[in-house]
Amino acid sequence: MDFSFSKEQLMIRDMVRDFAQKEIAPIAEEIDRTERFPIENFKKMGELGLLGIPFPEEYGGSGGDTLSYILAVEEIGKACGSTGLSYAAAVSLGASPLYAFGTEEQKKEHLVPLAKGESLGAFGLTEPNAGSDAGGTRTKAELKGDKYVINGEKCWITNASFARTVIVTAVTGKDDRGKNKISAFIVPTDSPGLTIRSEYEKMGVRGSNTTELVLEDVEVPEEDILGDPSKGFNQFLYTLDGGRISIAALALGIGKAAYEAALQYSNERKQFGKLIGSFQAIQFKLADMAMELELASNMVYKAAWLKDQKKPFKKEAAMAKLFASESATRACNQALQIHGGYGYMREYHIERYLRDAKLMEIGEGTSEIQRLVIAREIGCPR
Amino acid sequence: MNIYVIMKRTFDTEEKIQIDSGEIVEDGAEFIINPYDEYAIEEAIQLRDEHGGEVTLVSVGDEEAEKQIRTGLAMGADKAVLIEDEDVENGDQFSTEAILAAYFKDQEADIILGGNIAVDGGSGQVGPRLAENLGINHVTSIVNIEIEDGKAKIERDVEGDQEFIEISLPLLVTAQQGLNEPRYPSLPGIMKAKKKPLETLDLDDLDLDEDEVEGKTNTVERYLPPEKEAGKILEGEIDDQVNELVSLLKNEAKVI
Ligand SMILES: Cc1cc2nc3c(=O)[nH]c(=O)nc-3n(C[C@H](O)[C@H](O)[C@H](O)COP(=O)(O)OP(=O)(O)OC[C@H]3O[C@@H](n4cnc5c(N)ncnc54)[C@H](O)[C@@H]3O)c2cc1C
Repeated sequence: MDFSFSKEQLMIRDMVRDFAQKEIAPIAEEIDRTERFPIENFKKMGELGLLGIPFPEEYGGSGGDTLSYILAVEEIGKACGSTGLSYAAAVSLGASPLYAFGTEEQKKEHLVPLAKGESLGAFGLTEPNAGSDAGGTRTKAELKGDKYVINGEKCWITNASFARTVIVTAVTGKDDRGKNKISAFIVPTDSPGLTIRSEYEKMGVRGSNTTELVLEDVEVPEEDILGDPSKGFNQFLYTLDGGRISIAALALGIGKAAYEAALQYSNERKQFGKLIGSFQAIQFKLADMAMELELASNMVYKAAWLKDQKKPFKKEAAMAKLFASESATRACNQALQIHGGYGYMREYHIERYLRDAKLMEIGEGTSEIQRLVIAREIGCPR
Repeated sequence: MNIYVIMKRTFDTEEKIQIDSGEIVEDGAEFIINPYDEYAIEEAIQLRDEHGGEVTLVSVGDEEAEKQIRTGLAMGADKAVLIEDEDVENGDQFSTEAILAAYFKDQEADIILGGNIAVDGGSGQVGPRLAENLGINHVTSIVNIEIEDGKAKIERDVEGDQEFIEISLPLLVTAQQGLNEPRYPSLPGIMKAKKKPLETLDLDDLDLDEDEVEGKTNTVERYLPPEKEAGKILEGEIDDQVNELVSLLKNEAKVI
């Protein structure tokens, strides 16, 4: 067994850490407070090749592996959860399905600008009445002549206001067993009939762009269906498996930021004439945080490694996402407690970490759904 | 132009440093390119982009330094040489300089750039001593450089004042903060750095004997600065406070 990272992985992690601490962390509080999307940082990230880490050079990428990308998500998340979410969604949800299932033409046309960071990727699956139950998608795509006509509504779609195209899932018919056949379509964001609004007021990740899509008779050429029309559902399940590792890494980054702040504060704050870190009650909290985050790291990196080795990773990705997100929320909550009243104040960032971390238990499959996935994978009866 | 950068892997002085029986504990320490050397690398790349030629990184150290060297290559340097000094006893600034001099004897360098100091030892000696040994000009602590027709126009920092110098190549300069803003190594840069040439030399390759480069200094003791104690707040009438302050500065702090 070898737990070491390669030199490239370490260099990428160090570079992203440096970049994130110098360029992203200083504005994290401001973009959270004002709900501003930090497009300028995404431009810089694009120039550094961060938006194309796991894609080959021929598609505008950097030719790195999943693990390098995961380390980058963690470092960015440590600096700012909002930036981390939009970054992870752009790469894992927006660009990855194009790379995994797109035709050569689709990759050239749509993946290249995403990998180069000229545009951000977005993936629209969730609907007002279809969240965890994605099979219950109501958006419809009807083939009329050589065009699909799409009607429906999507909610909470990350990045769409800054995207050139958004991948939208829609029902194209029913299979032999009477179940919905779901396909994915590449929809240009300037298509007539497509309205994108970003009016949500969120608890956390407030600097991330979250949008509502309304599709009214949006026409898409037949060839802009993504991948195999009959396997759309499985394709996005695979996409979500990959995305889960990145959400887990993001949770890890936020949790570590909170833990490190709490550890430092425990070494500075004095009460009753002693450093609060010398009280066993505080030490035990810190020990639990350190342990859970270390365990979460191991699972997150293992899931990424499995994906890089082209081995099955569905169960491990679900475990990583579940454990990392719940550990992160716990770590942020305890970090806030350790900071006392100061932790409750914006200035100390801990309350933001907590608000941001909570999303990781919901997005890309709730904790309950991760448990369902694990249960299915270990062979529980349906 | 033949552009060389001498660079060092150091521990990150912004991280916590621990000392155990007079030695710095390397386990768990973070290692980086000496920050002043980063300015040198950035400047070298800019000079090459403007004047053409090649940037070669040269580092004296052990194989662990490969990560920092590759980072310099990822920033944009063309090739690198690592001179392993594991066999050197009690290596110090003299050892490093003597090894570098042996290497540079056989190179035709137009300009050698280095850091003003290394943040670990902080001596600032290697650069100037190397230039002396090679018999070429040197300027330390530079904050700007322009090269034209075999001459360099340099602005150097003299404890906050500026000095302007015109000097001919070949030349060794050491970089001060403010010279430039080092770039982040880009992702494509990092991936390309893997394939750039990195030559490893040892003392034999340079016809050096271990005892020829043995350190000349002797470290007597190494300790961390004392922990900062809580400040003292003086109270009472302003006049009394001033008198007390003066007496404390005189008798307790012994600074006046
Ligand atoms: C900030 C943000 C960004 C997002 N970005 C995107 C995006 O880019 N693209 C996208 O498509 N979606 C996105 N989403 C949507 C997200 O993926 C969904 O919110 C999530 O999948 C949960 O769906 P839901 O909110 O409808 O909850 P529901 O599915 O309604 O769940 C409600 C509760 O019921 C539980 N539950 C549901 N089914 C079961 C079951 N079978 N067994 C046990 N418990 C169950 C859930 O765990 C949850 O606790 C985003 C959401 C947010 C908040």
